[in-house]
Amino acid sequence: MTLRHKVLIVDDEPHIRRLIQAALARADYAVIEAENGRIALELVEAERPDIVLLDLGLPDRDGLELVPIIKAHSTATLIIVSAREATEEKVTALDLGADDYLTKPFDTNELLARVRVALRNRLGKDGGVAALKIGELEIDLMKRKVMKAGKDVHLTPKEYAVFAQLAQFPGRVITHKQIMDHVWPNESEHHVEYLRVLIRTLRQKIEFDPQRPQIIGNELGIGYRLQSPD
Amino acid sequence: MNESPNRPTPEAFLRQAAQEGRGRLKIFLGAAPGVGKTYEMLTDGRHRREAGVDVVIGVVETHGRKETEALIHGHELIARQAIVYQGQSIDEMDIDAILARRPQLVLVDELAHTNAPGSRHPKRYQDIEELRDAGIDVYSTVNIQHVESLNDVVASFTRVRVRETVPDSILESAEIEVVDIPPDELIERLKDGKVYIPAEATRALNHFFSKSNLTALRELALRRAAQAVDAQMLDYVRAHALAGNFAAGERVVVALSEQDSAPGLVRAAKRLADALHGTWTAVHIETQRSQNLTDSERDRLAETMALASRLGAATATIPAATVVDGLLAFAEDARATQIVIGKSARPWWFELRYGSVVDRLVRNLGDIAVHVLPGDSNMPIQPRVRSARPGRWGKPADYVWTLAAIVACTAASRLLIEFIALGNVALFYLVPVMFAAATFGLRAGLFAGLTSSLAYNFFFLPPTGTLTVNNPENVVSIFVLLGVAIVTSQFAARVRAQAVLAQSSARQNAALAGFSRQLTSSGSQEELMHAICAEISRLFDCRTVMLLPSRDGPQVRAAYPPENRLEDIEKAAAQWAMDNGQPAGRGSSTLTASDWLFHPLQTTRGILGVIGFAREDANETLRSDQIPLVMSLLDQASIAFDRLTLEEEMQDARQLRERDRLRSVLLSSVSHDLRTPLTTILSTIHELRRTPSEEMLDTLEGEALRLNRFVANLLDMVRVEAGALSLRVEATDLTDAVSAAVHDTRKSLADHEVILDIPPDMPLVRVDARLFHHCLINLLDNAGRYADPDTPVRIECRRTPFGLDLSVVDEGPGIPAGKEERVFDTFTRLEGSDRSKGGTGLGLAIVKGFAEAMGLEVFAKNNIAPFGARFTIHVPATTIVSDIDEEAMQ
Repeated sequence: MTLRHKVLIVDDEPHIRRLIQAALARADYAVIEAENGRIALELVEAERPDIVLLDLGLPDRDGLELVPIIKAHSTATLIIVSAREATEEKVTALDLGADDYLTKPFDTNELLARVRVALRNRLGKDGGVAALKIGELEIDLMKRKVMKAGKDVHLTPKEYAVFAQLAQFPGRVITHKQIMDHVWPNESEHHVEYLRVLIRTLRQKIEFDPQRPQIIGNELGIGYRLQSPD
Repeated sequence: MNESPNRPTPEAFLRQAAQEGRGRLKIFLGAAPGVGKTYEMLTDGRHRREAGVDVVIGVVETHGRKETEALIHGHELIARQAIVYQGQSIDEMDIDAILARRPQLVLVDELAHTNAPGSRHPKRYQDIEELRDAGIDVYSTVNIQHVESLNDVVASFTRVRVRETVPDSILESAEIEVVDIPPDELIERLKDGKVYIPAEATRALNHFFSKSNLTALRELALRRAAQAVDAQMLDYVRAHALAGNFAAGERVVVALSEQDSAPGLVRAAKRLADALHGTWTAVHIETQRSQNLTDSERDRLAETMALASRLGAATATIPAATVVDGLLAFAEDARATQIVIGKSARPWWFELRYGSVVDRLVRNLGDIAVHVLPGDSNMPIQPRVRSARPGRWGKPADYVWTLAAIVACTAASRLLIEFIALGNVALFYLVPVMFAAATFGLRAGLFAGLTSSLAYNFFFLPPTGTLTVNNPENVVSIFVLLGVAIVTSQFAARVRAQAVLAQSSARQNAALAGFSRQLTSSGSQEELMHAICAEISRLFDCRTVMLLPSRDGPQVRAAYPPENRLEDIEKAAAQWAMDNGQPAGRGSSTLTASDWLFHPLQTTRGILGVIGFAREDANETLRSDQIPLVMSLLDQASIAFDRLTLEEEMQDARQLRERDRLRSVLLSSVSHDLRTPLTTILSTIHELRRTPSEEMLDTLEGEALRLNRFVANLLDMVRVEAGALSLRVEATDLTDAVSAAVHDTRKSLADHEVILDIPPDMPLVRVDARLFHHCLINLLDNAGRYADPDTPVRIECRRTPFGLDLSVVDEGPGIPAGKEERVFDTFTRLEGSDRSKGGTGLGLAIVKGFAEAMGLEVFAKNNIAPFGARFTIHVPATTIVSDIDEEAMQ
């Protein structure tokens, strides 16, 4: 990789910006910073960052407003940074097009992991992920096949639909709404309980210990996330 | 709606308040052009200027009259502003220039003037309103024909209709000076060419200025001025609730009874009120007699009142001891000038005996005119149907019994006449007389006396078989018999009345005793208020409501039967009663239009609130003989409230002490739990500067996480206590919930193996995933802190007939006996537990708070084998997602 990836940090706290900047610079990313929404939008236009880390609590405007604007004006991957309580806000941001989220307080390892996942999804975006392997579980999206410890796993069409959607962007959270829009496109009213049952049967088939699921992770009140491949 | 004449109405206050701070308006009112309004205004203005007032002229039309023009000199003139309309330039008053100049007084001629299109306001009086709003006094002029309400009247006799009118409200807010000259003089001035004639009037010039027209206009002007004065005075009177006769306009009061002639009276009163341009009120005086009205009489009365209301009268029903008393009091309240009553239908001898209502009214009313009208002759006479009921005449059966007693007495005397003297037979007859008088009352007694004397006379006095009496001695016997009857009956009647009184006071005492028993058993203010309402409602067969003051005025706090909508007038009455400590509403002397009667509830701390009473039939209210009992009940209620307040204060003091204790516990706990990790972090950083080590970094991270968790718990607890939890309930898989919680507590449970015992077929539960997660985290944290080292922590899930139980079970010291409930209290750390374990005492309180917010329950108890604590979250069956429709899913 000859070109360093560019990350834009949008946060009004100078300490947090400095900390994130240090961590990202160490991992050899080019870092630019914005302390409010106005500067952030200018930098998105001018610098074309690959990744935007957006704090929702900005002094000049609601961070949620920026989500669709940034997604419309750039191809950057958008990661939301927000406080623990703001589940509703995170879901809204994700449904508006944000790619992932991080909960404050977070440690830098987690941050770097998320950035890595985001970049990997970004690279695979055009062709999509064709096949992946998580431990002893293998998924071939071209052949629509799932293998567990070398054996075929039989999934119903709905189960496969969910699994394939999660597998397309491994490591990234997919909201309940996104999954349900995809799996039950004709249902006007979504039933989270259908999704729960579906995920449970899916886990029975693919997880090695369904009581302690490792492959399909749950994000409280937000959605599901497929564990990153090795 | 009923107009209550004697109360400080909010509108009156508003009108008064609106006037304060605003500029005043003085209107020079003339009967016709040429009377010299402008001249008068300028003269007055000059006097004011000489008195040092800053006076300017906004607009004055002199119409070229020299005397008038002479008066303008010396006044400052505000130049008019040219408004261009359809190519023509029209000069109009420059309101902005006047506002900028800010004089104390501005003279503006022709109040009714219509401004050129394109001006700020279409009408000049609106300009003047704006000037007044800015605090500038205004003098203006207007002719009577421009007054809106008189426009028709003037046009009807002058045949000149003016289109420029001024609303009456402008006149009502102004001081009015009538500029008046006699009609002859005005006609003289017209002939001399000294009168400017408005365009509309030129056609009918001679007719308009005829003497009869001018006289009529003059009268109108004078009367209108008087009316405006009256309206302002009324506002003043209402705002200050002054009593007394302030009549300046005419107020007609018509007294109505159930009699057939009443509708005729109503119409007559309406005609009288119209003729006098006055307001009128129909009133029914409710006396003891009203209780005896038959249903059809009641209906007729109600119809008559409705008729009056339709014809524009205010209506009122006033309870009073006698018709005269009630009418006198009401006439005073309503400041009546005319009273209309019907000619009495009573026979002449009745009035001779009791005096006529008319006589007494006229004697007592002083300066109020009394009109006595005959009934409507064309009204169909309806037969008076009386229902049979006991009255002073008693029941027919009484007389039958009396007669029977006399017959028996006569028969016995006939048998005994051989053995006793004739004179003693008369004594026998005393028996039925006294019996009848004592048992059936005066009338029956008299009847017995009369019948006995007849029977004595007929059967025993010679010559027997006739009613003639030979011996004068025997005449005496007859009179004695009658006399005894009268005296005995009077005594008997008095005794009976006393017995009735004693009976009713016994009832009162019983009521009071029952009432106070009810009140003492009430433990809270709410209960007490409901008990009071229910009891009073039961005792008086009325609707009862209790109101306490609140920021938005009186608020219904209890009612029996339940009631929460009170009309504005009723709220006003309640407010008044609360503010003044006097009864208000129907039956009182204030705000009588309210259907409810409100009595203040006076306690030792001042007026607590008011209690309102109303009958199902809104026209009635409490009977006057019930008032003393009501008052003593209210006294009882006040005492009960005082007792309760005292108890609550003692309770409050206890709670305050408890809160103080908790606060100090909280402070010590928070300062300890925040400072401990901070101290560790600071000293570790200090150490790190010298010798970097991986181990110290781990310590740093651990302490920071601990701090983070504590702050999070503190925030959660604040939310629980503030009741500010917003739930986002959705179907949740317990596997997800448990595995996430186990994942998040892996550090505090590092020394323990976590055993999951969750059957795969557990149903989904409807909870807020985030709150449920926090419940589990805190339970696991708690287990990790108190379980013995290297023992497993088990998470168990079981279906029960009542729902589902999720338990966290540890192996350790368990919970001290009897403390199972207390473990969930805020800042409780059980004896024997070690501070070094770093608990905050918040975790379990959060578990309980969150669980209850989601409709779940939590229990703590000890597990026997192996010994340890078992914390259980009970998910009731209602919170469980029943079987999913698998087909719909696919």
